[in-house]
Amino acid sequence: MGIYEISLATLVSINIISALGLNLITGFCGQISLGHAAFYGIGAYTAALSAKAGLPFAGALLFGMALAGLAGLIVGLTSLRVREDFLAITTMGVGFLFIGVVRQNNFLGGELGISAIPQSGLPKLGFLAVVLILAALTTVFNLWIKKSWMGFAFEAVADDEDTARVLSLDVSAYKLTAFALGTALAGLAGGLYAFFARSISPDNFGFVTSISILSMVAVGGIGSVFGVLISTCLLTLMPEFSQVLSDYKLLVYGALLFGVMRFWPEGLAGLTSGLGRMVKIGGDSRKGEGQ
Amino acid sequence: MLYLELLIQGLVYGCMYAVIAVGLTLVYGLLRILHVAHAGLFALGAYLGLLVTNWTGSLSAGLLVSALLVGLAGMLIYRLCYQPILDRPPYVALIASIGLFIAMEEIFRLVFGPYGLTYKAAPLQSKVQFLGTTLRQADVGLVIMAVGLLAALSYLSQKTRIGVGWRATVDDPQMARAFGIDPVKVRYLNFFVGSALAAVAGVFVSLLSNVVEPTMGGVPSYKALAIIVLGGLGDVKGTLIASLVLGVVEAFGTIYIGKLLDRDAIAFALLIVILMIRPQGLFSRR
Repeated sequence: MGIYEISLATLVSINIISALGLNLITGFCGQISLGHAAFYGIGAYTAALSAKAGLPFAGALLFGMALAGLAGLIVGLTSLRVREDFLAITTMGVGFLFIGVVRQNNFLGGELGISAIPQSGLPKLGFLAVVLILAALTTVFNLWIKKSWMGFAFEAVADDEDTARVLSLDVSAYKLTAFALGTALAGLAGGLYAFFARSISPDNFGFVTSISILSMVAVGGIGSVFGVLISTCLLTLMPEFSQVLSDYKLLVYGALLFGVMRFWPEGLAGLTSGLGRMVKIGGDSRKGEGQ
Repeated sequence: MLYLELLIQGLVYGCMYAVIAVGLTLVYGLLRILHVAHAGLFALGAYLGLLVTNWTGSLSAGLLVSALLVGLAGMLIYRLCYQPILDRPPYVALIASIGLFIAMEEIFRLVFGPYGLTYKAAPLQSKVQFLGTTLRQADVGLVIMAVGLLAALSYLSQKTRIGVGWRATVDDPQMARAFGIDPVKVRYLNFFVGSALAAVAGVFVSLLSNVVEPTMGGVPSYKALAIIVLGGLGDVKGTLIASLVLGVVEAFGTIYIGKLLDRDAIAFALLIVILMIRPQGLFSRR
């Protein structure tokens, strides 16, 4: 593998961690978030600043993850007050607030961001291996959550919050857990990104980033782990492989996001389970994996 | 004197927000869709207004053509984009709308170029003295236009048969249908009126800065969302008040806490604080 391929694979893996984090919040627990990039950013800024202050690689990553998770817990509190459309706009607001604070504060690098972030101390291939392992662990963790008791509870909350409450599920606790876990994963991804890119600026963590993470989840099929894996690979690599497309990256993103939701609201996961149903006609009629 | 100047500046911005946000809140009230692509229509309105004004030399022609065409474009968006997914969960339409908005911005960039267009001879640029402050004619025009259009809208919805049918459909679609009102016609009307208002706002905003850029819809779109949420989603009166409040708070906030937060962050900080105190928005009856 050349340097270029290594850096692409690293980027894909980082995006997988962050998209799976959002999938936990939006897919499993049904709490829409339009501000995921803020937590990605909190992780990146925390890791970058603490690494510059002398913290080692692993410590900086953990610190970024913890701080992002804590911020996610606080933002999650809003989901106890507002629901659905109100929550979507509130989380979008959190994203703009984060960018606004970073832009205006010089100790956070201001408009220019932070550059000359210390190296992770690993060779490029070693760094990729670490990121790959973390992405794999995140995938396993997501699959495990989905099958666990908590996964069922998340599904109940996503399906119908009031019914879940009637079933004496502690809806608030599950929502907060989903937010804390999902945003901590975003923080981890952010920290890895900071060590990977070695310079970050507010533009990396704006609304467009939130939307592109959301599109990875939505195109894959909200709630489906494998759908999200595939769509994250596709959406990250597609602009790279075609120079023509690169200029139209945002147009393709927008059109894809719109097209999938308009014609195919269940995403890639809906496609595969739809095909599965067609192949297994007359077989058992269990519902395919969806949201 | 600074206070008065800030207040006036805030009210001018508030009027602009109001005209954009009313269209958005009308759509939400009727269909429960957060219509992000509304801001794309706002930018489209600015482009059309500028092109027609430059071509004919008349701002009125620009405003009229832009409002009509963008109104039709709004109806088209409803028919092609929203109607087929109305029975899906709300996030489907929201994400589709964001996708549409991003695509629209990119199309503007590809068609009209990334640097923006300017007026050949921008109208309404001369200065006016008002209460000891200096304003441009475009500021004054924006306020007059906003008040006039919103008054006309209020007349339309309160005093005419069409308006009664409209409000009935928003309140109770099934009952309205039972009384012979075609809900689909109401939706088309809703999108036409809302989009035409956004187009007019777009033209005036482009007059204030004398430039039309592909990204000009970005900030107003997210702020308009904040405003309609503050106003209680779907509530027109609440939306108008929230627009003016936001305009004024931003104007003062930029001066007094601009060191900590930029202008957009102030808007969203206000939104989050208010939502935590009143989750149903400032003026919602629900």
